[in-house]
Amino acid sequence: MPVMASAAVATERWSILSADRVRRGASQGAMLLGVLAGLWALWEGFKWFGEAVDLKIGVFVVDDRTLPHLHSIVARLFEPTAVGDRLLTVLLEAALFTAKEAAVGFAMGAAIGFLIAIVLVHSGLLQRGLLPYIVASQTIPILAVAPMVVVWLGGRGLPGWFSVAVIAAYLTFFPVAINTLRGLQSADPRALELMQSYAASRWAILWKLRVPASLPYLFAAFKISATASIVGAIIGELPAGIQDGLGGAILNFNQYYASSPDDLWATNLIAALLGLSFFLLIVLAERLIVRRAPEHVA
Amino acid sequence: MSRRVSVVSLRGLSKEFSRGGVVALQNIDLEIAPGEFVSLIGPSGCGKSTLLRVIGDLVEPTGGEVVVNGKSARQARLDRDYGIVFQDAVLYDWRTVAKNIALPLEMGGWNRGRRRARVGEMIELVELGGFEGHHPWQLSGGMQQRVSIARALSFDPSLLLMDEPFGALDEMTRERLNMELLRIWERARSTIVFVTHSISEAVFLSTRVVVMSARPGQITGVVEVDLPQPRNAETRGEPRFFELVTEVRERLRAGGLDTAGEGGEEELIAAEEGL
Repeated sequence: MPVMASAAVATERWSILSADRVRRGASQGAMLLGVLAGLWALWEGFKWFGEAVDLKIGVFVVDDRTLPHLHSIVARLFEPTAVGDRLLTVLLEAALFTAKEAAVGFAMGAAIGFLIAIVLVHSGLLQRGLLPYIVASQTIPILAVAPMVVVWLGGRGLPGWFSVAVIAAYLTFFPVAINTLRGLQSADPRALELMQSYAASRWAILWKLRVPASLPYLFAAFKISATASIVGAIIGELPAGIQDGLGGAILNFNQYYASSPDDLWATNLIAALLGLSFFLLIVLAERLIVRRAPEHVA
Repeated sequence: MSRRVSVVSLRGLSKEFSRGGVVALQNIDLEIAPGEFVSLIGPSGCGKSTLLRVIGDLVEPTGGEVVVNGKSARQARLDRDYGIVFQDAVLYDWRTVAKNIALPLEMGGWNRGRRRARVGEMIELVELGGFEGHHPWQLSGGMQQRVSIARALSFDPSLLLMDEPFGALDEMTRERLNMELLRIWERARSTIVFVTHSISEAVFLSTRVVVMSARPGQITGVVEVDLPQPRNAETRGEPRFFELVTEVRERLRAGGLDTAGEGGEEELIAAEEGL
């Protein structure tokens, strides 16, 4: 039976694929360790070299103040702060607070960006008319927008963290809108013709064809936006005068940098890890949701 | 509906593409009766794909009349009278084989139980048992095209429009799928309009071969294929088969085998639709 034979071939191919996946996972793990070791070597090597030759770049010199040992930065995380708790505990609480702002901002921004794309894909006129302003919105520096948002929303009795979430949303919606628009337009023209031949409604074409076709683009945008929303939240905390998040911690440790540089470096490390975990959440969601040929999934 | 009513009736049909003023179709008259298998054959740029799209209301003609099942092409489309198969299977990557076949049924508002039953019949019809849960990228080209055919037939359209459906497949797969298509056509008793580049494929499959010429796209001849039904592997070896192949080839030659502008038609359609 030719059909049975091809079924066997397909299952075999499938099991080869999953063996491939295990091998790829292992090599990715090895790669991660290699990159971490490389970064450590680069950091410590540069520090050792700079100190050995008394390197001066402008006013920048290499010493324990400008470039602390990585191990002392990590060790600092486990030492107590002035208020008593371990620095790690303090920073994780701050990170959690910032994560809440960023997550709410990301959700709002993603929803708004998605809606904008859906409106624009159905009207060439709106697309030509509105797209320039959407692009222009991103040329205004976030630092100029943030204080206004805080004043406006704060004046309406909304909590500070919500203003920060709005600022994060401002950074999020743009890549989502642009990429989703591109993705909605990426559907195969013949697939659209097929939908026409089924007398499909616009709504059905949108949800059964355009949106699924746009998912890889959408997730590419989410990856950019996930990290941008954290940058937005951290920056937004500064004019909002919020002390509870990573932005507050950065501002605080900035003032004490001369005496304890490790504090700021440790905060940066946690901020980077927060961004990374947002990114990985998106990657995980993509793996679970997007069903495409392996070569289509980035 | 009486047997005398044509499934497709084209009168004085023409299509001119606004960009470049190219005349893709000129003065096309054609009647297709229920149950016929009609092939459109001609050189690149002769408008055979455009003609198929005009019948299916995917491209609007600039002149003439299209009547499908006694109504306008648009109404026929809205009534889901068409099943369409393209050269590429155009399956949805994110749907399994079963879900791809069920797509038109979802559009037609079939409930889950009926959908499942019909998908099961279709899977059986195109002999893809065991592959229901596979995704398109896990299938060979021939299997993908069988899914595409099952999808087109799933909602029982009265007219099947096929645009070089086997053009991208190797010769062996192509001949096997030709046989399968004939078997399906006999069982489903539908009417098929089939665009192809291959003379032998057209003769083997059809009850009638419509020969077209390019620039402007016109019908230059119609060859009645009087080979006995059902056709089988031996059909290709019969003397009458070769006579008919020769006749079609000579009609094509008479129309001028001008192949200038390979693939020009697709580009024109794309330009027209602003894609």
